[in-house]
Amino acid sequence: MSVTIIRNGRVIDPANKRHEIIDLVIVDGRMADRSAIRDPRSAIETIDASGLIVAPGLIDMHVHLREPGFAHKETIESGARAAAAGGFTTIVCMPNTSPAADSPSTIAWIKDRAAAAACVNVLPTGAISKDLAGEELTPIGSLAHAGVVAITDDGHCVQNHELMRRAVEYARMVGLPVLDHCQDYNLVGNGVVHEGYWSTLLGLPGWPAAGEEVIVMRNILLAELCDHHIHCQHVSAAGSVRLIRAARVRGVKISGEVCPHHIALTDEAIQNFDTNCKMNPPLRSQQDVDALVEGIADGTLSILGSDHAPHADFEKEVEFEAAPFGIVGLETELGLFLDLLVHKKKAIELPRLIEMYTVEPAKLLKLEAGTLSPGAVADITLIDLEMEWTVHAEEFRSRSRNTPFHGWKLKGRAVRTIVAGETVWKL
Amino acid sequence: MSAARTSTTTSLAEVPSAAAMRWNRKDLLGLRELSADEINFILETTDAFKQVGTREIKKVPALRGKTLVNFFIEPSTRTRTSFELAAFRLSADVINISVSTSSLTKGETLKDTARNLEALHADILVLRHSSAGAPQFLAQRLKASVINAGDGAHEHPTQALLDLYTIREKRGKIPGLHVVIVGDILFSRVARSNIFGLTKLGARVTLVGPSTLVPREFEKLGVAISHNIDNVLPSADVVNLLRIQHERQRKEYFPGIGEYTQLFGLTKERAKLLKPDCLIMHPGPINRGVEIDSEVADGLQSVILDQVTNGLAVRMAVLYLCGGIATP
Repeated sequence: MSVTIIRNGRVIDPANKRHEIIDLVIVDGRMADRSAIRDPRSAIETIDASGLIVAPGLIDMHVHLREPGFAHKETIESGARAAAAGGFTTIVCMPNTSPAADSPSTIAWIKDRAAAAACVNVLPTGAISKDLAGEELTPIGSLAHAGVVAITDDGHCVQNHELMRRAVEYARMVGLPVLDHCQDYNLVGNGVVHEGYWSTLLGLPGWPAAGEEVIVMRNILLAELCDHHIHCQHVSAAGSVRLIRAARVRGVKISGEVCPHHIALTDEAIQNFDTNCKMNPPLRSQQDVDALVEGIADGTLSILGSDHAPHADFEKEVEFEAAPFGIVGLETELGLFLDLLVHKKKAIELPRLIEMYTVEPAKLLKLEAGTLSPGAVADITLIDLEMEWTVHAEEFRSRSRNTPFHGWKLKGRAVRTIVAGETVWKL
Repeated sequence: MSAARTSTTTSLAEVPSAAAMRWNRKDLLGLRELSADEINFILETTDAFKQVGTREIKKVPALRGKTLVNFFIEPSTRTRTSFELAAFRLSADVINISVSTSSLTKGETLKDTARNLEALHADILVLRHSSAGAPQFLAQRLKASVINAGDGAHEHPTQALLDLYTIREKRGKIPGLHVVIVGDILFSRVARSNIFGLTKLGARVTLVGPSTLVPREFEKLGVAISHNIDNVLPSADVVNLLRIQHERQRKEYFPGIGEYTQLFGLTKERAKLLKPDCLIMHPGPINRGVEIDSEVADGLQSVILDQVTNGLAVRMAVLYLCGGIATP
């Protein structure tokens, strides 16, 4: 029997509405009660968590691990190490790999790789449409059996509303939530940056907010029609927040997620054509940023995620329009959200932030995670809320360095990540 | 200062020296980043080079021994020719690289192609590219001078400088003038550079065109917008007509050429609304009968060919100033 005690930490466990300074006991990789330490055979390891927050292991339900197909950007192994260094014990990977994760065999491959090489829990999603082409449904039932936790065409967006409707209906039958990257291809066209002042000034093709909002509205209507959950990924526009807020008030099964870059930066950041500020959806205006923060504060937007999208230097070091969309995020997201939401903007308090990273995604994806209840797998993140630190891209565990946050000074970060009772990373 | 530079200054006594500290940039990327003083300095320098063009021997040794690469990733005839001629007149060695002859078609990145050119000791790179920001991208990575010859819908600084020079030459000044730019503003790098340059020098600018091609967002750049050309022409001191295109990718933006001409074309009838001293400009190539009637293009108010002549002098001035800074 192996016993670990985490001493003197401030335990914040939103699933059990717990917020107190107390010791936690881990026995054989699961949460236990204090009686375990009276067993003389126990080999006791002690972790001193004085001054630290002890939280259920954080879940990032929006990452791109690039395997199979793009191992030069990231592997399941390197992405998992980046997650651990960011304080995440569970990550959910998107299906836009090569081949796309649209078949049980690819899902099986991803799960095998994760079991062999990943130091955190890696949960795959399956594609909605074959090869993410938006034309034919994947075998959603078989994907569910293979172990996907959701279906999504992330990176792409099913444009055919009828196909999307049937996907949502079918997913309801097999109990999988649907995650959607909201982008209307006609409205967005070849847009690469937010359509507004900076796109006008720089002559870069604009990506209008309406191109997201129209699909968010579509998803609200389909969630209502099919009585099933659709989760809008990386919400970026003020109008989307308004639509989701009104729909949730009506009881529609719709949710929204926020990425740190969409509240940390505005489209002004593109003025020097820095391709590390090119992501999809794009950085938007200050009004959009304010609306996202308001949506987080009032609960309209319930999930935080990174959209961790690694790309090699040589891929990003090209003309702005030619560069791929996306930035890495696993190793900066918690710091950014703590710094911006808890310390600077005071939009939410720490327990809610932890809830948005644990209880909310666990509920949406029906995971037995995100809690410190006795018997639960001991996935735990230790957080130093007050630590000031500087982002150094060259120290990332990720294979890629494409971040606009290099050199940023942040307050608050994870200092230790524990998966099933084992420390997989510590500062 | 090199011997070549000294002899240049001697043979061009009237050319202001970059060493006079009014110019310290190795690159010309756009007009947005320039001060009014810097723009005026280029225009003053252009005066001297325009003189050179009227001499029997039109060549000066200002860039003798330097290598200029015309790197055109997007088709162009007049801008490339103008830069080439400007470089010849400054005694530089010139190489032309176009899309079809570059390694970009073999999958080489822009950065690698440019670094190869620099490894061959290219001193000045004149870049035309379909992607906004490409000149900034290269300028940050190369020691050579980078001159923007048009990047996407972003900037075309030498075109705007030659427009400014022509206005100043014909009207004697720029501050206070009302300049009307007509056409496809949204996709126009010429419009953006003109807006930046004209507003910095104190002109009043009105943009005219279909609402789809002249979005309201432009008002935030300090210009007025109108969709009724007849209301604007009577107060214009300069009308700058942009080439209108109705290719596949523009089809959604307006119904067709016929309606465009009807609503926004500078027809013979409309030209009567103009003040007699109003200048008519066009960056070319012109579509006769579309944005401008043939007779108006060739009329007395038209300065379209003066623009071309001035373009040569402006580009000589820009190459001289930036090429001088790039020298260690």
